[in-house]
This record gives sequence, C-alpha cells and structure tokens, in this order.
Amino acid sequence: MKASTARKNTTKGLLFALPWIIGFLAFTAYPIVASLYYSFTEYVGIGTPKWIGSENYSALFNDELFWTSLYNTLYYTCLAVPIGFVIALGLALLLNLELKEIGFYRTLIYIPYVLPAVAVSFIWLWMLNPYFGLVNLVLDRVFGIQGPGWFSDPRWSKFSFVMLAQWGAGGSAIIFLSALKDVPRELIESAEIDGAGWWAKFRNITLPMISPVILYHLITALFGAFQIFTTAYIATNGGPANSTLFYVLYLYRNAFQYGKMGYASAMAWILFIIVLIATVIIFRTSARWVFYRGGE
Amino acid sequence: MKKRFFIPRVVGRIALLIVSAIFLIPIFWMFTTSIKDMSEIMAYPPIWWPNPPKWSNYIEAVNYIPFGQYTLNTLTICAGNIIGVLLSCPLVAYSVSKVKWKGRDFLFLLILSTMLIPFPVTMVPLFVVFSKLGWINTFMPLIIPAFFGGGAFNIFLLRQFFLTIPEELSDAARIDGASELGIYVRIMLPLVKPILIVVSLFTFLGAWNDFMGPLIYLHDEAKYTLALGLQMYRGTNYVEWPLLMAATTIVVIPTIIAFYFTQNTIVESVTLTGLKG
Repeated sequence: MKASTARKNTTKGLLFALPWIIGFLAFTAYPIVASLYYSFTEYVGIGTPKWIGSENYSALFNDELFWTSLYNTLYYTCLAVPIGFVIALGLALLLNLELKEIGFYRTLIYIPYVLPAVAVSFIWLWMLNPYFGLVNLVLDRVFGIQGPGWFSDPRWSKFSFVMLAQWGAGGSAIIFLSALKDVPRELIESAEIDGAGWWAKFRNITLPMISPVILYHLITALFGAFQIFTTAYIATNGGPANSTLFYVLYLYRNAFQYGKMGYASAMAWILFIIVLIATVIIFRTSARWVFYRGGE
Repeated sequence: MKKRFFIPRVVGRIALLIVSAIFLIPIFWMFTTSIKDMSEIMAYPPIWWPNPPKWSNYIEAVNYIPFGQYTLNTLTICAGNIIGVLLSCPLVAYSVSKVKWKGRDFLFLLILSTMLIPFPVTMVPLFVVFSKLGWINTFMPLIIPAFFGGGAFNIFLLRQFFLTIPEELSDAARIDGASELGIYVRIMLPLVKPILIVVSLFTFLGAWNDFMGPLIYLHDEAKYTLALGLQMYRGTNYVEWPLLMAATTIVVIPTIIAFYFTQNTIVESVTLTGLKG
C-alpha cells in the first residue's frame, strides 16, 4: 500500500513537472552538450560540423581580440560589481528610514531598473553625448569642467558603462531593503543600550544579518556583469578602438556575424567555466562571512 | 531622544531628494528632448522646457518606422510568453512544493541551478535547432520555450508561495477524493492569484524589454520588435535625437505603468521569497 502510494506520488510529481523537464532537455541540456561538441568543430551553422579537435581553443588563446574582450569584461566587472554593491546597499539604507513619503522615493529609485536595456542605452548615449549631453553641460555650467567624451573616449568608455549600470541599482536596493527590514529590532536596540555607535551597529549587526542577501547579490551581479551585452551593442558596439568589446559581444560577432559557430561555442564554454569557478570561490569563502540564522 | 532621530531624518530626506532627482533626471531629459526641435537640443545653455513643445515629434516618430507593426509584434510575443508561463510554471512549482515525491528536492535544485548557465552557452545550438525547424524570422523561438517552464525564477517565486499554503487544505480535498489536478486548479491556483499577476508582469517586462533574443532570431524588418526598431532612428552618422527620444518615451511608458500598478506586490513578493536566508 505504502510503496504504491509513493510510486503514484512520484508519477504525479513527474507529470506536473513534465513541461519543465521537456523544456530542460530540449532548451538547456541538449544545447549545453551540443555547444561543447561544436566547440571542437568548425561549423558555420549549416551542414555538418567538422571535427578539428582543440584547434578553436588554441586559436582563441592566440586571438588578441579574445584577450582584449576578456580584459574589458574583467575590468568592467571589477568596477561594476563593488560599486554596484555599495550604491545598492547605500540606497537601501536610505530607503530604510522611517519617513511618511518613503514609498514615493522607493518608486522613483526603482523605476529605471524596469526600463528596457535598449531604452536605457539610448537615454545614456544622449545624456553622455560629449557636446549636447546633459552631463557635460552641467559639468561645464556648474563646475566649469570640460567633460570627457565618455563613450567615445577609450579612457572613459568602460567606466561609462559602469555608471550606466548604476542607474538600475534600485533593483538590488529593493532586495537589500527587504533584508534590512528583517533585521530584528531588539538586536539593534540592545546594542544601542550598550552604547554602540552607528558604524558598530552596522558592522556587527546589520551586515552579518543581511549577509545571505549580499551573497545572492554578489553572485547575480557578477553573473550579469560578465554577460554585459545589450547596452554595449547599442551604445558603442565595441568601440572606440575595441575598448568596449566585451566578451559576449565578441562571442555574438563570432557566432552571428562571422559565422564561426564552433569558435563562438569554445568562447561560450570558457565563459561558462570562468563563471562556475567564480561562483564556487564565492560560495567557498561565503562560509566565512555569511551568517545564517538558525531555523526561522 | 527626539534630537537623535531628528538629525538623521533631515539629512536622510535631503539625501533621498538628491538621489531621487539623479534617478529621475535622465527620464525627464529623455522626455524634454522628445518635444524639442533639432536646433533646441543643441542650444547652449540647455533648454529645460521647450517653448512651444514640439508634440508633432511623436507623430513623426511613429511614422518614421513601422511603429504599429512593431508594437503588435512585441505584444504578440509578450502575450505568448505570459500564456506559456502561466500554463507551465505554476504546474512545475506545484510539483516541487506540494506533491510529496522522491526526487522533488533534487529537481528543484536542478531548476535553480539552470539560472547559473550563461545564455551564450546554449545560444548557438538553440539557433541551429530553431533554424532547422524553420523558426528563424518567426516568433516561435521567443515564445515556445515559455510553454516549457520558461523562467526558473518564476518557478522559484511560485514555489515559495505554494509553500505558505497549509498542507491541511489539500489533504482534506484528497480525502474527499479530489484528483491532484483538481486540487491544483480549484484550490491552489486561486490562492496564488496575486503572485500569478506578479509573474505575468515580470514575464511581460522580460519579453517587452528583450533585445538579444529578437536580435538573434528576427532578421526580417517586418518581424522586428520595438526594442529592435528603436535602432532605426540612428543613421550611420546621424541620430534623430528628438524622434528617437519620443519613440523611447513611448516604449518606456508601458513598463513604468506595469511597474507602478503592481509595485506593492513586487515588494511583498521579494520579501516573501525568503531571499533573506
């Protein structure tokens, strides 16, 4: 009787999950395996892939643009992730103040996050226009500084994307905010009685209490930064002088503009491995700084 | 005591006002540019509000590209995705939360782990498969995956909500002889209606905002979505800024409206997903 109920439940469970299982096999599992296979072939997308062993990989390691795109992406990630973390957490701390009109600020700060990346790219392309963009006009009129060419200056182009990304910081800020709301008041109050200052309370209570959310944020932010594509495709398309040729942009070009599907697949797998290693490292070190409350 | 709270409040309010302004200004600048003349956008000092506003930019903008067609294309993809997600994701979420079966935790972990697969890894083979099926230049590659549990995050979100429903409810129905599908349709779905709205909204935003998908699969200009169409206001060395900003404003408005009407549910759902650990 019991065994048959268990079997029945397994059938039920599998049946309910069937759409996802089919989708997983067709749109995730098969493509992963296929892309690994393609990465060892020469393939234009039609006909049969031609097995060439590890040639794509050795060609990649000798491809200057591959290293440029990897460097650009790491540069961007190393700036965008920490800056994004500080800004999102700062916004969340501000939004955690008990004010009547706090919902109004929350809405305003969150809105840019829901806008289409294409729209965001065009808005910032215009805001950062060297001659008529609002940013340089304000720099000139208010501070008397001549603003840089932003997207058109290789020294500023990558940083321009870092700034552009911060406009969407409201998305992460909302998640931090919900974690902040959950920090037990008694802990803060008892620390206050012990005479703890603002920084001590933040460092010793707030940060550990929200550390699981910080972990989640770091992983998703890293993941997103590594895959920057749309804004770069629209705003600079890799230029000037390949200074914003990010990894996925170069991968996209190889696959869909140069018809080098095998080469692109090899790039995809290198990306996959980098992301996996980064995730594992973060998880491993997280044991040291992430504090999980027991139960709940 | 009072003084201690007063200072952070005033400072906080000023900081929030400045920050909100910084977040809002680009949207405002987009809008005023959209009602300016080409000569006004180059004016120095900058013009904050043009007089008279050139509303005709909007008419010109929607006639500059096949705007109606692109809107229809985008809405078709959005609708397809919403239907697909609503039909499949709650089913899967129900399986990994309410049906007691061996392997359900493993399956849930597998679903979550797919979120860590970069899109480029599956991008090339998917393109190959879809071209073999003759689906390039159709909306199929952008819609069909939604019917197969598309969006691991949706499943995650729905699962968290199913878990809050007491077990007794479905147990009682089971004793009364209700089938699992009956319990799901008649008891569970109505209970998670608010979150279904949030999931629909996320799906709408995802499809409306998507750029890379349409870029890869839609090459025929007649099939373009609005996100792709926005690029057409830009020539090789010339940008129709007022028209582009007018079109951008139109494309952006639905996302703001969609967000505005559901923002409270979004905030609640973030809280309820237990991301806090």
